[in-house]
Amino acid sequence: MLSFMGRFLRRLRYYKGRIGFSRDLEDEIRFHLAMKTEAKIAEGLPPDQAALKARQEFGNHTLIREESNNMWAYRSFETLSQDLRFGLRTMFRNPGFTTTAVLTAALGIGANTAIFSVVNAVLLRPLPYPEAGRIAAIEEISEEGKRIQVTPANFLDWRAQNTVFTHLAAIFARHATISTAAGDADTDAPPGSLAGGNSTPGSTTGSTAATSADAERIDLAMTSADFFEVFGVQAEQGRLFVAEDEMAGHPAIAVISHGLWQRRFGSDSRMVGKSINIDGNPCTVVGIAADGFHYPDKTEVWVPPYRLAPATRPSMDVSQVRGFGFLSAVALLKPGVSIRQAADEMEVITGRLRQQYPETNNNRFDRVVSLHQYLVGDISTLLWLLLGAVGFVLLIACANVANLMLVRATARQREIAVRTALGASRLRIMRQLLTESVALSSAGGLSGLLLAWWGLNLITGLLPKEFPRLAGINVDLPVLWFTAAVSLTTGVLFGLAPAWQISKASLQESLKEDSRGSGSTRSKLRGLLVVSQVTLSLTLLIGAGLLFRSFLRLRSVSAGFDPDHVLTLYVSPSGPNFPDDASFVAYYRQVEDRLAAIPGVESVGAVNTLPLGNGPTFAFRVEGRAPLPVDQWPFANYRNATPDYFQTLKIPMVRGRGFEQRDTASSPLVVVINQTVADQDFAGEDPIGKRVNFGGVNPKKEPIWWQIIGVVGNIHNLSLDEAPSPEIYMPAYQDPFPGQSFVMRTSIDPGTLAATARQRIREIDRGQPVSEIYPMKTLVGNSISQPRFNLILLGIFGVIALILSAAGIYGVMAFAVSRRTHEIGIRVALGAGSRDVLLMVLGQGMLMAGIGIGVGVIASLVLTRYLSSLLFGIGTTDPITFGVIVLLLALVALLACYIPARRGLKIDPMRALRYE
Amino acid sequence: MERATRKKAEMMQGTLDMLILRTLDRNASPMHGYGIAQYIHRLSREVLRVEEGSLYPALQRLAINGWVKSEWGVSDKNHRVRFYTLTAAGRKQLQREVDDFETVLEAMRRVLQPA
Repeated sequence: MLSFMGRFLRRLRYYKGRIGFSRDLEDEIRFHLAMKTEAKIAEGLPPDQAALKARQEFGNHTLIREESNNMWAYRSFETLSQDLRFGLRTMFRNPGFTTTAVLTAALGIGANTAIFSVVNAVLLRPLPYPEAGRIAAIEEISEEGKRIQVTPANFLDWRAQNTVFTHLAAIFARHATISTAAGDADTDAPPGSLAGGNSTPGSTTGSTAATSADAERIDLAMTSADFFEVFGVQAEQGRLFVAEDEMAGHPAIAVISHGLWQRRFGSDSRMVGKSINIDGNPCTVVGIAADGFHYPDKTEVWVPPYRLAPATRPSMDVSQVRGFGFLSAVALLKPGVSIRQAADEMEVITGRLRQQYPETNNNRFDRVVSLHQYLVGDISTLLWLLLGAVGFVLLIACANVANLMLVRATARQREIAVRTALGASRLRIMRQLLTESVALSSAGGLSGLLLAWWGLNLITGLLPKEFPRLAGINVDLPVLWFTAAVSLTTGVLFGLAPAWQISKASLQESLKEDSRGSGSTRSKLRGLLVVSQVTLSLTLLIGAGLLFRSFLRLRSVSAGFDPDHVLTLYVSPSGPNFPDDASFVAYYRQVEDRLAAIPGVESVGAVNTLPLGNGPTFAFRVEGRAPLPVDQWPFANYRNATPDYFQTLKIPMVRGRGFEQRDTASSPLVVVINQTVADQDFAGEDPIGKRVNFGGVNPKKEPIWWQIIGVVGNIHNLSLDEAPSPEIYMPAYQDPFPGQSFVMRTSIDPGTLAATARQRIREIDRGQPVSEIYPMKTLVGNSISQPRFNLILLGIFGVIALILSAAGIYGVMAFAVSRRTHEIGIRVALGAGSRDVLLMVLGQGMLMAGIGIGVGVIASLVLTRYLSSLLFGIGTTDPITFGVIVLLLALVALLACYIPARRGLKIDPMRALRYE
Repeated sequence: MERATRKKAEMMQGTLDMLILRTLDRNASPMHGYGIAQYIHRLSREVLRVEEGSLYPALQRLAINGWVKSEWGVSDKNHRVRFYTLTAAGRKQLQREVDDFETVLEAMRRVLQPA
């Protein structure tokens, strides 16, 4: 310890007098050499030889001086800062090179940082729950592996029979309308808002009162009682659910999110115990969930399952329903139990249920996955794929910078040779070069970070709104580490090639070789870099090309309706004013009339589920056919439409008639089927006049029959890339559905009518919210936002790759031409025509491009299979895409070679020969 | 070639330190670098030729450890020259190194002796 202190102090003294020390050492060495020379002369050597001999015997003068210095200094730090200073000086002296290199690196690193931010937030970051690793999701699936929703009775059996979960909870997520509790809106000073007013400033109270008067659509989840235990969430105020809350007849209660409490209730300190209206029914707030908890997704209100059924049939006891699923299930694994073990036991339970209830359960299996997998499993492939693609971009960028550095290293060859001659060790020179390249890549990393920041906004804007964990995407500490690591790695990567070359170069040759010398290994290395660039960009471009082609296919799919000039909005009347079907019909008719009266509106219709949206389905049987077991009845989408719906969306009537105003509750029951139902279930016969039953019976236990009056054209219902599914429409004014999307065909820009439409509907009943006002075009666009996102991102990467590669080829060819000026001059002087010169240069460049393209095509044939799930309507080896991309890349390469080749042509033999 | 020499020099480092310390110990008066090199050369009957350049880093190393100290003086031919002397700590260190060396030498002798 003491000796360490002593060494430290002596070193400190050295630092203080460092310049003196160097000179001292220099004096010492000079003295040594002088003495030595004298001794040699005394031995009889001539003076000049004696001096030489003395130097030789002394050894590498500079190295010894450096070693002596290093002995004192804290050496690595010392050399680093020295290398860095020198590197920065060289960089500033060469702004063109530096800017190009830094920008190229920034492009690569920035794109990687941006994509990694998404991967990090979505895939890598643990879910924000204390025991996130133990939370599982249990899905019901069909034998074919299709996700179906969990049925209530099955859920209750799972919960009763399993031994692997600490808690197992069911969730039914839906939209709901919340408004101020009944009576509050009518009184000037309701008790609730008065209490809030006392604890908040006057201005806040005003705005709070104004908002709370308005009905609002929010995301709501009905959950079984131990839902919050699964996530380990605590109540911020009040309480969460207890087992009794699940019992029928228990008073209506709700837990609200921290966010809703702040936003809508102005952080009212006496919120717990107050009443709010959910779909018109008063409900007591018993607790506020911990800040930040929002499962599922954007949920703001949780209610216990006192009424688990979808709003259609509130009186039904759904706990007995086994054949109709609408729940999702999450569970907390017991400590030490693996997903695998849980899956094994669940398989036993569902197997038993299949045997016990074959009618409803014979095609119901289950799958247990981690919650993380459940939420992001579907998109993880895509994200890894994008990360891979962006990694390609980085490699291409690296190759470009490496090429630049190689070119520059050649120019600096003499400098380096001189430094070696002066005694710099090879290691030291390699380190100098690596320090420079890492400094470059760090500058690139910093600029890349800015680029990523900007690009991330673009990315999150392009992502579909329902993209999982979208809100968490940002640049955080792990991302910064990633960027730092990537910057460092790239710096080493593109610095390695030149540093390696230099370290191998022999001193004499470098000194002898003039600036014209070719340095054949070096140009081979450059060629290799260009070939790999071309390979990588071809692969990327083919991927982007495949996505582009399949996107065009998707876009050209006829949706089956005309989305142009259509405005849509959603109403879902609820509350005491809507006791029966007639009240819904009356409300819908009023909405239709008021909307139709707006100037610019040509026609108005309504449907329960808009095209390209997921909606309810039901099963049916046809009158007069051999009876089938219930689970073999054909399925169809349930649609509930007003008379003018088909005409408004321009869905063509194929046969028979559509709904008319005369189809009401008191007239015969009618339905309209789509072309798919007609094809599948009425092949070779006329469906018009046939009657179908959906399982309903009248009080006399006789089946209720609905007569088919028409056939309409197919529309794409789930998404554009899936075939139209069977669909049956019921008349909205005969058997209304609680919640309708209205569609308005307009003669003007539909977006401009949004405010007026909302206003007109509010005038009917202020307690009923209007939501989801969008032009139909937007909805169609949203439905393909995922493929569009994939395309744009891969497209951007492809274009960057193309530009970088073109620059790479150009750079190498331009350099090659300038190095061969002398040679070309001789050839021209010896009578080579311009054609020969052109062919020579083009041939060299196109050889590299050709090899790169060849390898790239093979690589693409192997790699594009990972894209298969993202493609629509074309194969992963689509020959047109491959052909076009190969041609495109070849053309770009040709152009990149042609420009330097032309310069080669202009070489004047006389000047080239004189130029030494 | 150069690399091989450097490797050998590194292996010799400990020995070189010891030789320098011993040289300074034997001479009552302070010595300069050249003198040290000559002395080692002569003392070993021309067998040991010190890699002359490496003498100077070694001297720095010994100075950092506090085993030698240096002061400037003027040589008999009027050159400005740094003279090195052994410190007390350096003498102790020399003793340690000689002991170590002899232990090793003794051990080797036993191994090499015919049984």
